[in-house]
Amino acid sequence: MTAWSRRDFIAAVLGAPLAAACRGPGPALPAGELYTPGKAAGHRRLRDPGPGGDVRKPDVWRQAEVVVVGGGASGLAAAWQLGRRGVADVAVVELDDVVGGTAQAGAGDGFEYPWGAHYIVAPQAHQRHLIDLLGELGGLDGVDADGAPVVAEVLRCRAPEERLFYRGRWYDGLYPGAGADAEARAQLAAFERAVDGWVGWRDDAGRRAFTLPTSAATTAAEVTALDGLSMAAWLDARGLTSPRLRWWVDYACRDDYGLLAADTSAWAGLAYFAARRARPGAEAQPVVTWPGGNGALIAHLAGQLGDRVTPGVAVTRVAAVDGGVEVVGYHGERAVGWRARRAILAIPLHVARHVAPALGARAMPAVDRGAWAVANLHLTTRPRERIGDAPPAWDNVLHDSASLGYVVATHQTGRTTAGVAQGRDRGPTVFTWYYPFTGPAADARRDLDGAGRDEWAAAALADLTRAHPDLPGRVRRVDVTYWGHGMPRPRPGAVFDPALAALRAPLGPIHLAGTDLSGLALFEEALDHGVRAADEVVAALAVPA
Amino acid sequence: MPPAAPVEPPAPAGAGGAAAAAPVPRRPRVRPELLLYLNVLVVASCGLVYELLAGTLGSYLLGDSVTQFSLVIGLYLSAMGVGAWLSRHVDGNLARRFVDVELAVALIGGLSAPVLFLAFGQVDNFQLVLLAFVFVIGTLVGLELPLLMRLLEDQVTFKDLVSRVLTFDYLGALAAALVFPLVLVPRLGLVRTSLVIGLGNAAVGLWGTWILAAQLRRPTGARVRAGVVIAILVAGLGYADRFTSWAEDRMYADDVVYAKTSAYQRIVVTRSRAGFQLFLNGNLQFASADEYRYHEALVHPAMVSAAVAGHPPRRVLILGGGDGLALREVLAHPGVEQVTLVDLDPAMTHLARTFPALVTLNHGSMTDPRVRVVNDDAMVWLEDAPGGWDVAIVDFPDPNTLALGKLYSRRFYQLLATKVAPDAAVAVQATSPLFARRSYWCVMATMRAAGWQVQPYHVAVPSFGEWGFALAMRHEFAPPRTVPAVPLRFLDGAALAAMFQFAADMTPVPVDVNQLDNQILVRYYEDEWRRWQ
Repeated sequence: MTAWSRRDFIAAVLGAPLAAACRGPGPALPAGELYTPGKAAGHRRLRDPGPGGDVRKPDVWRQAEVVVVGGGASGLAAAWQLGRRGVADVAVVELDDVVGGTAQAGAGDGFEYPWGAHYIVAPQAHQRHLIDLLGELGGLDGVDADGAPVVAEVLRCRAPEERLFYRGRWYDGLYPGAGADAEARAQLAAFERAVDGWVGWRDDAGRRAFTLPTSAATTAAEVTALDGLSMAAWLDARGLTSPRLRWWVDYACRDDYGLLAADTSAWAGLAYFAARRARPGAEAQPVVTWPGGNGALIAHLAGQLGDRVTPGVAVTRVAAVDGGVEVVGYHGERAVGWRARRAILAIPLHVARHVAPALGARAMPAVDRGAWAVANLHLTTRPRERIGDAPPAWDNVLHDSASLGYVVATHQTGRTTAGVAQGRDRGPTVFTWYYPFTGPAADARRDLDGAGRDEWAAAALADLTRAHPDLPGRVRRVDVTYWGHGMPRPRPGAVFDPALAALRAPLGPIHLAGTDLSGLALFEEALDHGVRAADEVVAALAVPA
Repeated sequence: MPPAAPVEPPAPAGAGGAAAAAPVPRRPRVRPELLLYLNVLVVASCGLVYELLAGTLGSYLLGDSVTQFSLVIGLYLSAMGVGAWLSRHVDGNLARRFVDVELAVALIGGLSAPVLFLAFGQVDNFQLVLLAFVFVIGTLVGLELPLLMRLLEDQVTFKDLVSRVLTFDYLGALAAALVFPLVLVPRLGLVRTSLVIGLGNAAVGLWGTWILAAQLRRPTGARVRAGVVIAILVAGLGYADRFTSWAEDRMYADDVVYAKTSAYQRIVVTRSRAGFQLFLNGNLQFASADEYRYHEALVHPAMVSAAVAGHPPRRVLILGGGDGLALREVLAHPGVEQVTLVDLDPAMTHLARTFPALVTLNHGSMTDPRVRVVNDDAMVWLEDAPGGWDVAIVDFPDPNTLALGKLYSRRFYQLLATKVAPDAAVAVQATSPLFARRSYWCVMATMRAAGWQVQPYHVAVPSFGEWGFALAMRHEFAPPRTVPAVPLRFLDGAALAAMFQFAADMTPVPVDVNQLDNQILVRYYEDEWRRWQ
């Protein structure tokens, strides 16, 4: 634990020049609190008691055909798929007091805003589970001439999707193209051509080089070899050194993976660009988003389960027993247990290893989980915009910042999951500010655990005030969360790690799900593993015991 | 310039007053009066520029340049007289007074253009504010020369003093008169000119603290003040860019009789011989001389179509149209029982309720008991709106921003379709099929993509040009053939039939559908109108 001065903290996360501007005690911060879902209970029951966790004989036993441990996107998707395949007797247990994991949404004052994951890419024709899910949400307008699904207009990100604060002005788009010379433009074109080359690539089975979910992509060595080098090395090898292009690629890696290009698997880096294009030369598939980000998907999945979800349960042990599996843990201070025929562990592998002894026998992949901070800034009204600048977009990115900028909760014109109509372009709103800690995760947790709400709120305000000088007077509340083990990061070698592949198969009555199994923390991956694990369970249940 | 030779003894006290009686010891190391003549030149130029600025601003913002310039010049000259008269009451440390007057001129004159532009949106009687500025600046400038002459009077003969000061004064005026229209306005614009000229006065003041150092007891204080003034003006220059483009939107050909900057837009009403005009963000919304053509065409075809398909409309929705003019046409139909008008801007609907000329024009429609006025974003409001409208009139400003573009999206028209009765008719203003042909047909294509049957039509409105609309229903229908039995000035059977005919230069062109995530209409619109500007 470190005690931070506000200034030192800003210097640590955003750089010394910005901190220098924050001399003295600074203005009083707006109100707000630190939101720490599940962290205390998780550490108390699993980390602090040491090896084996805190296991006590349950006071009560419950029965279910299948227990899903973990109410994040992947666990809820597993339960959803089980339901679709006729397995209704499912119990979902979740550590936190609310479901959703890193796809949670917050709500208040008629707004909904993300606490984490906030968009998906519109599915292509092969992503049938995601298409089904969107269909249930009323999120499809049918299919286009090529048979590809058309996501409902209201769910596609309203234009303008993104803008970049670069050299003191806002520009459309994310690539910093203002003032680019011929060489920079040529390198951008060369990069686009290289990406398009992969977009059009197919293996003998007709599979794409890069696609979501990653399980649908080719396993040809020519492509998987890209996982062995870094995205930066891949660019270097092609002479793609333009600072503008490198900034853009770095941004993409930070945005989706919480890593710099130098630390990102080239496979993952290329997937960011190539997976979301249907064919060479096509524009990227639309971004699909809701006021509360992916919280809308969570609300739909959890809504179907009703009281079959039990939040606030710290599972400490999952073990195979005769004829099935036992799941043991704490619901508050009460020791509880479930007896089931099958269990799905849709939790991070570093937790799964603690609770499931069966995993001890397996080679564990070195999953690197990155740390993130997210601040929700509640505004009384929008900052003033400068004439001639690109207008406010959904995603507003600052070029010279270690943050990812902010998304605007009221940009989409649809409704919140609570049914409140959104889409006003004036007046109160919520900005969600993202900060990925791109350094080593252990360092992030050690250094930044000492930072509280005030430090992060000050950092978010200092960061955004560079682009919006009048912002501080318009912010009435800043809430902060901090994801210490936020999500897996695809460092070189992580995506095609053989140890990872081995875990995508049942361990007796225990099945694994969760994005750790892909190395990419994307909803599409969470859904894929949830559905796969559910399908494994259904197949196993069909075999008489 | 030939140097002055102050060889003669001090002149007897003339207009200068008693201060001249005490002889001042010679200071052989400098001849500051030379520099002070140069100051006269600068001071005179700056003074004239402020006058020209005020006249130009008055003409730009209020129209009627002859009146504005006459008023400004007359008041300015008389204010200078007031300043000259006041100068006899200025005693004590003349050098310090002179520097202070210079700095005051620098600050007030320098900030005059930006402050006046700002005030135009905020105050009710802009003319008075303008003239107050002119008077204060004129008075201060009127003080400058008498004080300067008194500072110089013990060093030069009165004859030479008057001759030289007035020579530089008039030369300065000539310089300003040439530089203002030829260089300053075209190169810098009004706001920056004002700030730069203010810096000129501030420089004279600062320079004076050195030239007149011996007479100033504490020159440092004056220098600090000068520094502050210069800093303010330089800071102003930093913001001038943003300010100028904002200010350029505020120039009108006719007299401005109402101006207000609301939270959403700039509302200006101008008056000309032909009546009055409403502008939102500088874009003409209607001219009273011919708005009846626009509003009769917008409202009645939809009212007739709904009546033909089902029953005479009882419940009508108006989206936009905060001026109450479309509402006037709707309320002329005696069967109408209930109208909801949704306009974003409370300032606009307030104006339509209270501004006498507009109340006369809209027949007091905004206070009719059948009418409910809602101020909200139309798309957000529509999400939660009750359904069942017999007619909807959609009259938004042209799609020139992304925030407006959403109100022309397929999603918006789909939403609208869920809120109207099965036999409802909808009329949508859809920009000009002549000037913005792709934009117009994009609106038609977008409505069709949202499931509407559409009959495109258009009308000539002299103030706007050729203007286009969509008439739409949920099912197949033919254009209306009859006009309603309400008082009409334009619409008759022949005019109605002609509206649905499109000449060769307005026929359909291939376009994409406007959707929230492509906003293609805003791009079409920008491209097309750029050609006409």
